[in-house]
Amino acid sequence: MSAILIFLGLVTAIAGWWLARQRLMSKPWLEVGPIDAFPETEAPVMHPAKIGLGVFLAVVGAIFALLISAYFMRMAYADWQATPMPWLLWLNTGMLVLASVALQCAVVAAHKGQLDNLKFALLTGALTSVAFLGGQLLAWRDLAAGGYYAADNPAVSFFYLITAMHGLHIIGGLFVLGRANVRAWRGDKLARLVLTTELCAMYWHALLVVWLVLFAVLMGWAADFIDICRRLLS
Amino acid sequence: MVDVTPHGADLIPPAEVGEMELYHPHSWWTKYVFAQDAKVIAIQYSGTALAIGLVALVLSWLMRLQLGFPGTFDFITPEAYYQFMTMHGMIMVIYLLTALFLGGFGNYLIPLMVGARDMVFPYVNMLSYWIYLLAVLVLVASFFAPGGPTGAGWTLYPPQAILSGTPGGTGPGIILMLVSLILFIIGFTMGGLNYVVTVLQARTRGMTLMRLPLTVWGIFTATVMALLAFPALFVACVMMLFDRAIGSSFFMPAIVEMGEQSPHNGGSPIMFQHLFWFFGHPEVYIVALPAFGIVSDLISTHARKNIFGYRMMVWAIVGIGALSFVVWAHHMYVSGMHPYFGFFFATTTLIIAVPTAIKVYNWVLTLWRGDIHLTIPMLFALAFIVTFVNGGLTGLFLGNVVVDVPLSDTMFVVAHFHMVMGVAPILVVFGAIYHWYPKISGRMLNEFMGRFHFWVTFIGAYLIFFPMHYVGLVGVPRRYPELGDTAFIPPSVHTLNEFITVAALTVGFAQLVFLFNLFWSIRHGKKAGDNPWRATTLEWQTAGTPPPHGNFGKELPVVYRWAYDYSVPGAPEDFIAQNDPRPSTQGGHA
Repeated sequence: MSAILIFLGLVTAIAGWWLARQRLMSKPWLEVGPIDAFPETEAPVMHPAKIGLGVFLAVVGAIFALLISAYFMRMAYADWQATPMPWLLWLNTGMLVLASVALQCAVVAAHKGQLDNLKFALLTGALTSVAFLGGQLLAWRDLAAGGYYAADNPAVSFFYLITAMHGLHIIGGLFVLGRANVRAWRGDKLARLVLTTELCAMYWHALLVVWLVLFAVLMGWAADFIDICRRLLS
Repeated sequence: MVDVTPHGADLIPPAEVGEMELYHPHSWWTKYVFAQDAKVIAIQYSGTALAIGLVALVLSWLMRLQLGFPGTFDFITPEAYYQFMTMHGMIMVIYLLTALFLGGFGNYLIPLMVGARDMVFPYVNMLSYWIYLLAVLVLVASFFAPGGPTGAGWTLYPPQAILSGTPGGTGPGIILMLVSLILFIIGFTMGGLNYVVTVLQARTRGMTLMRLPLTVWGIFTATVMALLAFPALFVACVMMLFDRAIGSSFFMPAIVEMGEQSPHNGGSPIMFQHLFWFFGHPEVYIVALPAFGIVSDLISTHARKNIFGYRMMVWAIVGIGALSFVVWAHHMYVSGMHPYFGFFFATTTLIIAVPTAIKVYNWVLTLWRGDIHLTIPMLFALAFIVTFVNGGLTGLFLGNVVVDVPLSDTMFVVAHFHMVMGVAPILVVFGAIYHWYPKISGRMLNEFMGRFHFWVTFIGAYLIFFPMHYVGLVGVPRRYPELGDTAFIPPSVHTLNEFITVAALTVGFAQLVFLFNLFWSIRHGKKAGDNPWRATTLEWQTAGTPPPHGNFGKELPVVYRWAYDYSVPGAPEDFIAQNDPRPSTQGGHA
C-alpha cells in the first residue's frame, strides 16, 4: 500500500498547507464583524469549476495510486511474469504528450484572444487524444495476437485493467473537449471558451502525468527504481 | 469581555461573494423530480436511503428470528441467512448511513449553513442522486436475480465471494452487488465534489472557516475522506469483477472447487482485504464525523450554551480524518500479518482515541452548567454520547492485537460495531431529523410519538446489544445461522438470544411509529415558525420556512459572529444569530 500512502501524503501536504492559511488558530468566540475568510482579499478568486476539477483529479489520482499499490503487491507472488510491452506504447505516449502540448497552446491562444489558433489547438488536442486511444487499442491487439489474454497472467491482467481505466478517463475528457471543439468551430464567443479550455488543459496535463507514472510502472522501471533505492538503504 | 478582532482583520474589507446564477425550474418535473435544488435533492436522497434502510431493518428481523428461534422458519435457510446478513450490512453502512449523512444532510445543510443559494454544481448534484438511485435499484434487483443476492458477508472477501459455495457467488448476485457499489461510488463522487467546493467557494461574506457550524466541518471532512477512501473500494470492486467475469487472478488463488481446478491461479485474497479496509476503516469515520458535527450543534443549541473548545473540536475532526487512513489493518489482525505491522496498527488505533476522547470531553463540558432542555433532539444527542462512549470502550479492547485475536469473529465484535457505528450514528440521524424537520416541513414532529420512539429505541438498543457482548465473550461465533448443540455454549446463550430477538423486533416496530410520525406531522404537526429552537445558525434565518428556492431573500446574509453565541451575558435574548449585526449589549456580543 506504499503508493497510495505516498499519494495521500502528498494530498495531506497540500491540504495542510491550505489549512495553515485559514487562520485555524483564531478564536472565533472573540471575533465580531464581517471579517473575510482569506486574509489576502486581493488575490484573484479561483473559479469553482477549477477547484472542483482539482478535487476530482485527487480522486482520480487515488484510484491510480491504488491500482499501482495493488500492482506492486501482486508482483511479489510467484506466478508473476513480466509482459513484453508493445513498442507502440512509445508512440502513444508521444501522442498524449502532443495532446497536452496542443491544449496548453490552446490556453495561450485563448488568453491572447486568437480564435483561429485556439480552434486548431483544440482540434489537434482532440485528434491526438483519439490517436492515443486508437494506439492503445492496437497495443491491446498486439498483446492478444501474441497470446497474452487478460486472464492468463496477472501482469497482463493488470496491463489491460490499468490501460482501460486510463483510457476511460481520456474518453470522459473527450466528451468535454469535443464539446469545446464544437463550440469553438461554431464560432462561440472567445471569452466563453477560456474556462472550458483551461479545464481541458488541466485535465489532460494531469492524465499525462498519470500515464507517465503508469508507463514507468508497466515497463518495470518503477520496480527497478524501488529495487535500487532498497539496495542503497540496506 | 471586549470586542476583539485579532490580526487587524477588521481593516480588511469583507470579500464580496459573487451571486451565483441559479437554475430556475419551469415545470413540475424539473422542480420535484429532476430537481437541481439541493434541498429537493436532499429529500430525494433521504427518502431513498430511508426506504432501502427499511428493507435492511426487515432483514435484521429475519436474522434475529433465526438466531432467537432457530429452525422455526423454513424459508430462512443458511443460504438465505447469509444473504440477509450481507445485504443488511451493506445497505446499512453504505446505502443508508453514508447516503443519508452526506447526500441527505449534506445537501440540505451545507448551502443553508454556509449562506449559499445552492450547491456550486447543481446539475452534477442532480446526476449524483439519480446515479445513487440507480445503484439502489441494481442492489434491489439482486434480490430478484436467479440465485438471489450475494451472501458473501458485507466485506465480500474473496475467494469465497465468487465461488459456488456462497449464495449468489456464481450467479448474478455478486456481479449486481459489485456493479451497484461502483455506481454508488461514481454517484457519490459527483455529490462529494459539490459538498467540498461549496464549502470552499460559496461561503457567504464573513463566514470564515472558523465560523462554520461544526455540522459543516463534520460533513466537509467526511466528504474529503470519502472522496479519497471510496476509490479503494472502487478498485477492489473492479478487480473482483475481472476475477469473476473473465477469470483473471487478482485475488483468486488456485482453488479446487467441487473436485475441479478453478481457472484461477496465484491471486492474493489478502490484497483484497487491504484494499477493502483501506476504504472500510475511513468509512467508519465517514459516518461518524458528520454525526460528531451534528451532535455538537444539537447539544449547544439545546443546552443554550456555546460549544466548549470549538477550535479543539475542529482540529479533532481534521485529526481524526487524517489518522483514520493509517489504521485500516486493525481489521486484519487475524489475517496472518507480521507482528510488527500489528503493533504499528494497534498503536495508531489507540492514538485515534485521543482526538475522539477530546470531542467527548468537550460535549460533556458543553453540557456542564448549561440550560439543558430535554427536547427530543437533545435526548437523542445525549443518548449518542453514552452509546458512543460504550462502543468506543469495547473498541479499545479490539484495537489491541492480543485481545482481538480471541474475540475476533465472535458476537463481541458484532455488538461493538453495532454500538459504535450502528446505533450511535442512527441516534444522531434521528436527533437531526427531529431538529431540522421543522425547517424542512414547517411543522414540528409530534412530541408524544417522538418521545415514545426515543425511549423504545434507546433502551431497546441496549437490551439488544449489551447482552450480545456477553454472548460474544462466551465465545459464540458471528456469522453462524445456527449454533446447534455445541459443548462450550451454555443454555443461557439460547435464552439470551431469544431475549435479544424480542427486543430487536420491538425496537424495529418503534421505527414504524417514527415513519408514521414523519408523514403524519407534515399535515397535523404544530406550526413551527422560522426558528423554533431559537438557534443561531443561518439555516434558521432564511426568508421563510421551508426555505424558498435560492434559500435567502434578495441578499445573502452577512455573517458577523461564530455559530455558538448562546446565553451571552448582557444580551437581551439567549441567542444571537450569526447574521445579527448588532454590537455588544444591544443583542450583539457582550
